[in-house]
Amino acid sequence: MEERSTTRSVSDAGVPVRRRLRIGDLTLRGGTVAVSLGLVVLLAGLLVVLATGAAPALSQLGLSFFTSRQWDPVTNHFGALPYIYGTLVTSTVALVLALPVSIGLALLLNEVRSKWVRNPLTVLVDLLAAIPSVVYGLWGLFVLAPALNTYLAPFLARTLGKLPVLGALFVPTPAVGNMLNAGVILAVMIVPIITAVTREVIATVPADLREASLALGATRFESIRMAVLPYARSGIVGATMLGLGRALGETIAVSMVIGNGLGISASLLAPGYTIPAVIANEFREATSTGLQHSALLALALVLVVIALVLAGASRLLVRRSERGFR
Amino acid sequence: MTARKAASTLFMGALWVAGLVAVIPLVLIVYYVLLKGLPAVHVGFFTQTAPPPGVPGGGMSQAMWGTGLIVGMATLISVPLGVLTAVYLSEFGRGRLAVGVRFVAEILLSTPSIVAGAFIWALVVVAMHSFSALAGAIALTVLMWPIITRATEETLRLVPDELREAALALGVPRWKMVLRIVIPTAGSGILTAVMLAVARGFGETAPILLTSLGNDFLNTNPLQPTDAVPLRIYNYAQSAFPAWQTLAWGGAITLLGAVLVLSIGARLLSDRQQRRLG
Amino acid sequence: MSDLQVIGLNAWFGADRVLGDINMKVEAGRVTAIIGPSGCGKSTLLRCLNRMHEEVPNARVTGKVVYGDWDLYGPDVDPTDVRCHIGMVFQRPNPFPTMTVLENVVAGLRLRGHYDRASLHDNAERAMRLAGVWDELKDRLNRPGGRLSGGQAQRLCIARALAVGPDMLLMDEPASALDPISTQQIEDTIQELKETVTIVIVTHNMQQAARISDRTAFMLRESHDRPSALIEYDETRVMFTAPTDKRTEAYITGRFG
Repeated sequence: MEERSTTRSVSDAGVPVRRRLRIGDLTLRGGTVAVSLGLVVLLAGLLVVLATGAAPALSQLGLSFFTSRQWDPVTNHFGALPYIYGTLVTSTVALVLALPVSIGLALLLNEVRSKWVRNPLTVLVDLLAAIPSVVYGLWGLFVLAPALNTYLAPFLARTLGKLPVLGALFVPTPAVGNMLNAGVILAVMIVPIITAVTREVIATVPADLREASLALGATRFESIRMAVLPYARSGIVGATMLGLGRALGETIAVSMVIGNGLGISASLLAPGYTIPAVIANEFREATSTGLQHSALLALALVLVVIALVLAGASRLLVRRSERGFR
Repeated sequence: MTARKAASTLFMGALWVAGLVAVIPLVLIVYYVLLKGLPAVHVGFFTQTAPPPGVPGGGMSQAMWGTGLIVGMATLISVPLGVLTAVYLSEFGRGRLAVGVRFVAEILLSTPSIVAGAFIWALVVVAMHSFSALAGAIALTVLMWPIITRATEETLRLVPDELREAALALGVPRWKMVLRIVIPTAGSGILTAVMLAVARGFGETAPILLTSLGNDFLNTNPLQPTDAVPLRIYNYAQSAFPAWQTLAWGGAITLLGAVLVLSIGARLLSDRQQRRLG
Repeated sequence: MSDLQVIGLNAWFGADRVLGDINMKVEAGRVTAIIGPSGCGKSTLLRCLNRMHEEVPNARVTGKVVYGDWDLYGPDVDPTDVRCHIGMVFQRPNPFPTMTVLENVVAGLRLRGHYDRASLHDNAERAMRLAGVWDELKDRLNRPGGRLSGGQAQRLCIARALAVGPDMLLMDEPASALDPISTQQIEDTIQELKETVTIVIVTHNMQQAARISDRTAFMLRESHDRPSALIEYDETRVMFTAPTDKRTEAYITGRFG
């Protein structure tokens, strides 16, 4: 008996597929596939172009590019350690400050049932994410930094500055721009992103888990601790990584308040410099004869690789955390 | 028993404090931008170009036109690219290619904006031997394309499959179903996506800095260095002249106004769209 | 109108074979009901008849469906042509929300490249009269199609399917989302329609099948590792008074399902 198989499926599952697409279908499908591949090419191109540009500096300077403190266009030697240090310190400060606030806010938005509180709060946090970084920088420079320098910095120097070990972080300096200010501004800027992702994860914790714990007589605090946070943990880690990626790459606001000083100081109250800030400040003035452009492109490459790895890992963590409940 | 209740109350109190702490900066920023920016905003601010150093007065018209030019071109480039990518992901995308493209779109959202600037500098500015508005627009496209793709894909997925089936069952070919039923139904959602991307484009400083450079005078040639509002704010804010600092605040008020209007408008539109399709 | 012959039809979702070797003949100009418990594949069978099944990702069909002397799964057949001859109405009314009432009715024609306004309007009126919705909606042709009551919206969808000019209409539980009065109107519409088009209707409501159909097919999926089968297929009055298969009898007398 002859059984002719006539299948026409859009699966890529490896079944024998006979496609009879009309010209219009073929055009739209082909067009969208081509454009989508363009996005992949864009990412690849970005990495290739930056790597090509970075190659001279990385090959000539080798490891000293990462370990040397000396960044000098005149002698054509470029060591990025101060920028790497400044970037790590400000991002760490930002995370330390932003994490509790973001997780608290995400839990609050999940706990509060009244839409009269939840909706405005959600909108405000979204708007916080929409403010351009140059506006953060302007405000940081003229409002936040003077306030912090007048009130917070002396206070920290008087109190925490007296402690052993920890005190080194709060040695006062006369500088107007410093790493603490940059960290605070960054913290404000990354709260929305960490909150949004944390919320997304918390929202997938099944309600019956919560209800079961409440039915056992748990208080709200206990039910959050027992039934929400453990399940959201890897998602929160993912949210943190995304926030960290954002903080590492933030340029304009940081460069406006950090003081752009080339030293490596343990004190948060001393000026610093970050990778994005040095790219922004030196790129246009760089001479094309030496290695300076190449060194700056190498910094951009380092930055984007870290940011993309963080984003990718974050996405995988969040997805795994969400899938755990489905 | 009471200790547990007290701990819970304390914890909930801490959550409220977190909410308050998160929102206070927004209030303060808007307050100070209004306070310091309003005095700078007068007719000349919108009609005059950059004043010489130390001279009071002047305006930002060259920067506003420049921002319009750069963001306008970036929108023209990134909207078709972003929407077509989203159409692929939502209407055709299955299997590994779609997973890969979606992942790339997601992580490209995290590209540091300065890196987009450096990339386009090395790719376009070097090749054309000139900073230009076009290079700025391409740098913004790197950032706006994934934003539009992600938001549009989400909105296309809100279109009920029943409408797709209804169209197919009428003997409509798939491509027409997508163009004439799915995209119009998702219409205001796509507009939302575009508005969010444009808002982002308005506010970006770092990529423009490395690609468009800036310009004290009005420029309408896409192949020439061009000014932009955020760039002007950045430069003026770090200057020593109070008159320039005032102009920076004036720029901030226009920029913040435009961005907030776009963001709030996008939010209202998407709420309406969700009610309509929900 | 022609008879439609289903020959050795199998259907899959991924690796799951949901229909096994279905053979049946749908007679022209009559109303055929497909009944059976939920999950028995009756909707899938219906969707195989105008090649809608294959629009589901990973779905697959083998076997033949022959309409008159036209092999619908033949190598050179464009599924969109099939669907123009064999229209479909879905469980939930699904008018296009971006279009007006009139635009909805003529959507199929317009999207297939017919643009003459006068003939579109004539077609719309004819289809809406057939669907029994002209008198109610003729003054509201330019209102948004998404704002109708469920019953009106469903009859609008019937008119939309008819406007393309099919000679067979597949209806997938068209009244299950509607109130009793709207259901009655849909059933009346079906009775009038069978003068013009052959109708195949899937329903989980046996009384409805008994009321409106001329022939009835009973399907059953007896276990998950076996595909659904066509258990019995006969004149409706025979099926409901003297079924030959005892599984049919059990279902009809309400002993399961």
